[in-house]
Amino acid sequence: MTSISEDSDKEKVRSVSVDLNNDASLVIDIPDALCERDKVKFTVHTKTTLSSFQKPEFSVPRQHEEFIWLHDTIVETEEYAGLIIPPAPPKPDFEGPREKMHKLGEGESSMTKEEYAKMKQELEAEYLAVFKKTVQVHEVFLQRLSSHPIFRKDRNFQIFLEYDQDLSVRRKNAKEMFGGFFKNMVKSADEVLISGVKEVDEFFEQEKTFLLDYSSKIKDASAKAEKMTRSHKNVADDYNHISGALNSTAADNNTAFKKTISVCVLQKLEDRVASDQELKLTELLRYYTRDIQAAKDLLYRRARALADNENSNKALDKARLKGKDIAQAEENQKQCLQKFDKLSESGKKELTSFKARRVVAFRKNLIEMTELEIKHAKNSVSLLQGSIEILNSN
Amino acid sequence: MSCMKRLCHETRSHDRLRRTLAVCLRLSRRLLLKMSEERDAAALSGSAQTEGEEDLFVSAMESPEAARLSAEDISPSSNGPKAEPMLLDDDPDDLFAEATEEVSLDSPERQPILSDGPSPVITPVTPVMISSRADVFDRSPDQDEDEEENRDTFDIQISVSDPEKVGDGMNAYMVYKVLTKTSLSIFSRDEVCVKRRFSDFLGLHSKLASKYMHMGYIVPPAPEKSIVGMTKVKVGKEDLSSVEFVEKRRSALERYLLRTVKHPALLKDPDVLQFLESSELPRAVSTQALSGAGILRMVNKAADAVNKMTIKMNESDAWFEEKQQQFENLDVQLRKLHASVESLVCHRKELSVNTASFAKSAAMLGNSEDHTALSRALSQLAEVEEKIDQLHQDQACADFYLISELLGDYVRLITAVKGVFDQRMKTWAKCQDAQVMLQRKREAEAKLQHANKPDKLQQAKDEIREWEGKVQQGERDFEQISKNIRREVGRFEKDRVKDFRVVIIKYLESLVHTQQQMIKYWEAFLPEAKAIA
Repeated sequence: MTSISEDSDKEKVRSVSVDLNNDASLVIDIPDALCERDKVKFTVHTKTTLSSFQKPEFSVPRQHEEFIWLHDTIVETEEYAGLIIPPAPPKPDFEGPREKMHKLGEGESSMTKEEYAKMKQELEAEYLAVFKKTVQVHEVFLQRLSSHPIFRKDRNFQIFLEYDQDLSVRRKNAKEMFGGFFKNMVKSADEVLISGVKEVDEFFEQEKTFLLDYSSKIKDASAKAEKMTRSHKNVADDYNHISGALNSTAADNNTAFKKTISVCVLQKLEDRVASDQELKLTELLRYYTRDIQAAKDLLYRRARALADNENSNKALDKARLKGKDIAQAEENQKQCLQKFDKLSESGKKELTSFKARRVVAFRKNLIEMTELEIKHAKNSVSLLQGSIEILNSN
Repeated sequence: MSCMKRLCHETRSHDRLRRTLAVCLRLSRRLLLKMSEERDAAALSGSAQTEGEEDLFVSAMESPEAARLSAEDISPSSNGPKAEPMLLDDDPDDLFAEATEEVSLDSPERQPILSDGPSPVITPVTPVMISSRADVFDRSPDQDEDEEENRDTFDIQISVSDPEKVGDGMNAYMVYKVLTKTSLSIFSRDEVCVKRRFSDFLGLHSKLASKYMHMGYIVPPAPEKSIVGMTKVKVGKEDLSSVEFVEKRRSALERYLLRTVKHPALLKDPDVLQFLESSELPRAVSTQALSGAGILRMVNKAADAVNKMTIKMNESDAWFEEKQQQFENLDVQLRKLHASVESLVCHRKELSVNTASFAKSAAMLGNSEDHTALSRALSQLAEVEEKIDQLHQDQACADFYLISELLGDYVRLITAVKGVFDQRMKTWAKCQDAQVMLQRKREAEAKLQHANKPDKLQQAKDEIREWEGKVQQGERDFEQISKNIRREVGRFEKDRVKDFRVVIIKYLESLVHTQQQMIKYWEAFLPEAKAIA
């Protein structure tokens, strides 16, 4: 029902994640998306100079479930255990606009025509905002993968980008969902155990402390930012009602009409400020909450490998004592050690680049948010002063 | 009150209904009169006071039948406190007849009265005989028109400030300083400062209302009572909500006084002058909700409501019908607007709270961030958000005091305007009643002509003359009140437009200020954000 085409430039500006590589050999974006009832169909557009792809430029339609499939397969790949896996995009959430639409439908008889039209406009704007947000989030996910030297070569990723037939990703059935849920629970229990494991490497020790603390703080900040932007939206809504009420008294005299203009304008501005704030700050915080979680997952995997390594050492010692299965134990131990070393090495690289990326992203977004706030405030001031002049001269 | 409503449904003739109501009112008034006499006689000293109380009763009455009937209450007492007036009446019609006789003898209740209080000031609006009543009515509009021209030289400033708590516990009350600065000659000094408490304001309003409302003047309504608010203050809670309550009330009292003196007739009223100037003011006990006068007010209100339902006026003047409809619409719109603005105030306060909590959270995030520049930037962000939170709070205050309270005031004012239209309706009804009476008297006379009873005939002729006079007076009253209302409504509308415009401009300026502050804060933050390396 709703389709959206956007300037890819604008979208890049709005992205919360930053591509540090600036590599043009594989460029992905989502220029178009269609929304039908609950399902959103994204058009994934790829431009590439790599030979591993069949064509230099192509587009495929994809749905949210297929993104999730891609994410899960990458997570489950052993090889990538030492890498921070970009967090999966959240499911498109049209709950807000849908509720509003419901309210609109119910209240249709009791509202005046102007009120109805206005609410409908509001509803459409909100719908559009949610839509843009979800497109952006999916796009960022793909861009993270494409900018990573290892992920971009992933076979599944290439299939995702290229295969123009339906991937027929079947939804996880109940058993798998339950299995996944159970796995998560085990993981968190394990996390607790593993945080007790003695850490040899100072770098990782520091990272662990930092990430654990930071993750809880950023989750809190993200929640508070959401509340703040919601209040701001409420204030904007109120201005909407006020201007509606003023409209009906405007028939009385001239000044009331001018009142209406200025208040309407105010309302639009408040709305814009609220949604820009929302997009920049809240999204930034939300995204990094998820990203930090991914980093924590990496640490977890490494700690698991460390535990495995220690276990294998113990097993080797025991085998040596017992005098049997020594070769097997040695082999096991060597593997564990290898795995652990690999994880540690790539983990260190990943975490360092993660920090750099995070700092740059924060910087970009904070700057953009501040500049937008200033721009809107200046607009408000000039509009308000204009209205004051009109009223004064009347 | 519900039984009165039932009466309304059951009775066929409206006239009969009104008379029945009048009987009920009279009964209850008599009871209350006795009650309050006993009670207030104890509280106040001197016969002057008791008379004053009765005057108050009378002056508080607005329905014409009541006025007529109360004459009966008054006259006995003016001859000396009568022990036991007849409590039970058998025939309503007889009652009526009795009342009309008394009316011709005693007239004090028919004038705008200078009400209770040992006020020595004699003013042009003093109680006088019926004959000069016409003067009173005729004089004021001319005077007022003079005042209209002099409005440009309107120079009076009133401020209500320094709320002080006096007393302890449940008997405590707040006292406000009322400072009047003026160059007008009717005031004795250039600058007067007096101390007043809330019930004094209410007392002033009730006096003004009783004097002027039935003439069609729009008397600004006093701020509303609030049991909850005052109890908190009395109990001595020094918390934010009771401070806010006192501030809200102080501001409302100031606006009330300013609006009252803006009205040219009210400005010259001796009660208003006394209120603003004299250092001691008799305590207005009648404003208490549970006093005799309070209950009487409630009874009257119910009677008025029923009256409104029953009086069917033949509107000959389209202007009035149009205006009434306009005011109905305006009432609805203002109420809706007021509700929206109140919701805005509430949400903005919420926004301020949420911004503050976000600021704290951002500060903690900044602390935990290990990249130094980013950490510093986040802490700065937290500070900016804190300042913005304060801005939001201030803006909420402005939202409230400028817009929301103004709207509330106007909603109440419109009720007063509607009341004035109702007064006109009552005046018309009175006129109609007088005409009906006249007709009846004429019929009675005609009958007596044939019955050949010379003395009764003479009496009948006298009555006819008297009622002819009343009819004329009624018509004159009606014309006068219509004229007054036209003028008042014109003034009201002019004032409304001006008021709203002034307030809107002030509000927009406050918004501009807020936005400019925000620009300042964000511009200070920008280099910090850019400094993240």
